[in-house]
Amino acid sequence: MQGRGRDALSRFVENLMSSVTAAAAPLDAPASSTSKQKPPAAGTLAWMDPFFRNLTRFFAFFVFSILAAILVTLLFHSQAAMSKYGIGFLFDPEWDPVKEEFGALVPIYGTLVSSAIAMIIGIPVSFGIALFLTELSPNWLKRPLGTAIEMLAAIPSIIYGMWGLFIFAPLFAEHVQPVLISTFGPLPIFGPLFKGPGMGIGMLTAGIILAIMVIPFITAVMRDVFELVPALLKESAYGLGATTWEVVWKVVLPYAKVGVVGGVMLGLGRALGETMAVTFVIGNSHRLSASLMAPGNSIASSLANEFTEAVGELHSSALIELGLILFVITTIVLAFSKLLLLQLARREGGQT
Amino acid sequence: MSSNAITADNKIYHRRRMVNATMLFISGLTMAFGLFWLAWILIVLLQKGFGALELSLFTQMTPPPGSQGGLLNAIVGSLMMAVMATLIGTPIGILAGTYLAEFGRRGWLAPATRFINDILLSAPSIVIGLFVYSVYVAQVKHFAGWGGAFALALIVIPVVVRTTDDMLKLVPDSLREAAAALGAPAWKMIVFVSYRAARAGIITGILLAVARISGETAPLLFTALNNQFWSLNMNSAMANLPVVIFQFAMSPYPDWHNLAWGGAILITLSVLFLNILARSLFRRENS
Amino acid sequence: MNQPPVHIENPKMKVKDLNFYYGGYQAIKGVSMDIEANKVTAFIGPSGCGKSTLLRTFNRLYELYPGQRAAGEILLDGENILDKKQDLTLLRAKVGMVFQKPTPFPMSIYDNIAFGVKLYEDLSRGEMDERVEWALSKAALWKEVKDKLNQSGHSLSGGQQQRLCIARGIAIKPEVLLLDEPCSALDPISTSRIEELVNELKVDYTVVIVTHNMQQAARVSDYTAYMYLGELIEFGATDNIFIKPLRKETEDYITGRFG
Repeated sequence: MQGRGRDALSRFVENLMSSVTAAAAPLDAPASSTSKQKPPAAGTLAWMDPFFRNLTRFFAFFVFSILAAILVTLLFHSQAAMSKYGIGFLFDPEWDPVKEEFGALVPIYGTLVSSAIAMIIGIPVSFGIALFLTELSPNWLKRPLGTAIEMLAAIPSIIYGMWGLFIFAPLFAEHVQPVLISTFGPLPIFGPLFKGPGMGIGMLTAGIILAIMVIPFITAVMRDVFELVPALLKESAYGLGATTWEVVWKVVLPYAKVGVVGGVMLGLGRALGETMAVTFVIGNSHRLSASLMAPGNSIASSLANEFTEAVGELHSSALIELGLILFVITTIVLAFSKLLLLQLARREGGQT
Repeated sequence: MSSNAITADNKIYHRRRMVNATMLFISGLTMAFGLFWLAWILIVLLQKGFGALELSLFTQMTPPPGSQGGLLNAIVGSLMMAVMATLIGTPIGILAGTYLAEFGRRGWLAPATRFINDILLSAPSIVIGLFVYSVYVAQVKHFAGWGGAFALALIVIPVVVRTTDDMLKLVPDSLREAAAALGAPAWKMIVFVSYRAARAGIITGILLAVARISGETAPLLFTALNNQFWSLNMNSAMANLPVVIFQFAMSPYPDWHNLAWGGAILITLSVLFLNILARSLFRRENS
Repeated sequence: MNQPPVHIENPKMKVKDLNFYYGGYQAIKGVSMDIEANKVTAFIGPSGCGKSTLLRTFNRLYELYPGQRAAGEILLDGENILDKKQDLTLLRAKVGMVFQKPTPFPMSIYDNIAFGVKLYEDLSRGEMDERVEWALSKAALWKEVKDKLNQSGHSLSGGQQQRLCIARGIAIKPEVLLLDEPCSALDPISTSRIEELVNELKVDYTVVIVTHNMQQAARVSDYTAYMYLGELIEFGATDNIFIKPLRKETEDYITGRFG
């Protein structure tokens, strides 16, 4: 609140005050329409206050309950699948709607692996961008560059999906995948991750696009956290003759590490739940494959592709159970992120 | 007595300088990396979508494969659901946010709600869609525009709660005290002083929420589904841009692909426009 | 500005006609002085007179902030450190600084001290242990922390943290030590310990201290510079400044008539 907005408001309050004092001393006050205004009497509309308070409390409680409501609903509707498949559901790679044999292993694997790729790429890149924006960029560039990165977050998921499917995947298949397959394929241990053929769509593609989507979120938190580091601390490090990189890596990052982890968790939570972009490029296959070049499925993409055409109650229930698993995982990750960021805020006395 | 080590030809120092230069260079590369993807996606959108931006896009309905058409029913459907979602979600969000900022200084409900709200903010939207499906669509036994609106409202609410809470918290207590000292009841103080002071921020929050739901597909997949034809009936399946784009893009028909790109550029332009509008409004009111 | 020149035998640093700007605002106007080696020079003056700004030109810390710039010359052992070609990181290792608030790094006490040393020297574990002990002893902190070197720097009291920062600054064996109101956040007992420390430090280093506490300046320094509104009003031996100042402005400040 600065400048004009605040001045207007202060004038408003002053007007309110002057109208009250004018009413209290009619002999001295100049005749004006406001002098006839009475100060608010204690009895008028006395019910409004508790009503308003309870109204807002009601809706706060409503919001508070949404999470639990979702959990309960999903639990209820996955009963059928849960009672039939039990805990083995989590480890079963079979997904056959005809035989009514459902197992969550492939979608869970896909969700975890694509998110892991997104984190492996996204965390260092976000760190680099945050470093650039806080320490290297000239002041006049900071806002436009920051806004540009935020625009990456604003682009809807389905756009990423279309771009990924029609533009990125073909180029990836033609120029990058053959190189990856021939370079890494023959290696021991990591080789099976890179077995071809590369058709453009698949786990790695999904991971890369997810990385681009979560980078703005992680970057935003890292930036905020880096800027919370007291200037005096950074000056102390520079004052000893440390280079910019050393100040950031050895002083800023350790100081901010709680916030950094919180930001990373936030990115992970987003990556796990991302639907449309992944659905377009992950390939929609229920076969488990070690290769990153192969198509797969994530929980979200399975739901997006199959739910409306689910054959039978068991199929629907299995899908809802998948949704439940995703919900639980993301809630835990996001709660963890929030706890870390709250801890940081408490220490700094700031806001997250 | 000073150290002999602090000289210009110190080997350790040279290595440190190299590391510093390399790392800072890499940092610049990551910046370029981020901008590269942004530029590429936007350019592709413009290239592919621009061709589809003709009048027919806005005047004709979604066609069967192989014929010409437009996206009118989808655009209208999206607009209707967005408006309804905003109308439902905004009051709930503002009132809940008001509780958090104005009445929530004591007790457990406010911190707990804030915590849960922030989780909801980043929760997978497809789960929201599943939820609304289970409690609404499955009960009324048909897909409906209302289902889509409810699902989108559940996405609007956390955004509005968060911004309302943040903006109201920024209003200085001195203003509140001034109003209270005049004998103003709490609700008047909130409605006439706090809301007024935080007005720009709250509106920004609403705009950002609308921008967010403009692009959301997953929550609509199981609620509003889609409708090939013109329909203003929110009690039945409703056409909408994101699901149409999904269906058309995943199909093998080039006509449909073209329309999908047209829809994509429409959505992106609206989202970016709303974002920029929200930011400039916020900046203007607060400078 | 126009005053009889004080004859400095052995100047470690010479400031020649220094001007400093925060954007369009000139914070230091035409300051010239000599800083004698192995002595303590104090900068005093009311808030906003430019004494901290002047101190921060000595290690060019202002370069971290765009819009701040210095014009003129500052010679360290004859070389102009304001020169564009001057290597800033090397300069800052030679000219150490301790700040108003203690700023321990988020690491153990040992690592705090070792931080600066590792930047320039490759010491074995034993040599580093010695250096850490030496620095902490010099800062009169060794006895208090020798059994908890692995604990975080934050586990110490305010006064101890500030001595840690002094130890950290000395560990790299700089030539000049700049102290920017080092006691302003400390209690009287810690303050007097640090003042004793300053007295011992000048044997090995050239010390420049900024303080808003005149009595402190009188106690610890050999030379004093009185600044007001960016100008150097008077500079001379501390005894002279405090007992018979040459300028009326100086006398007014010293006697508490204002400021």
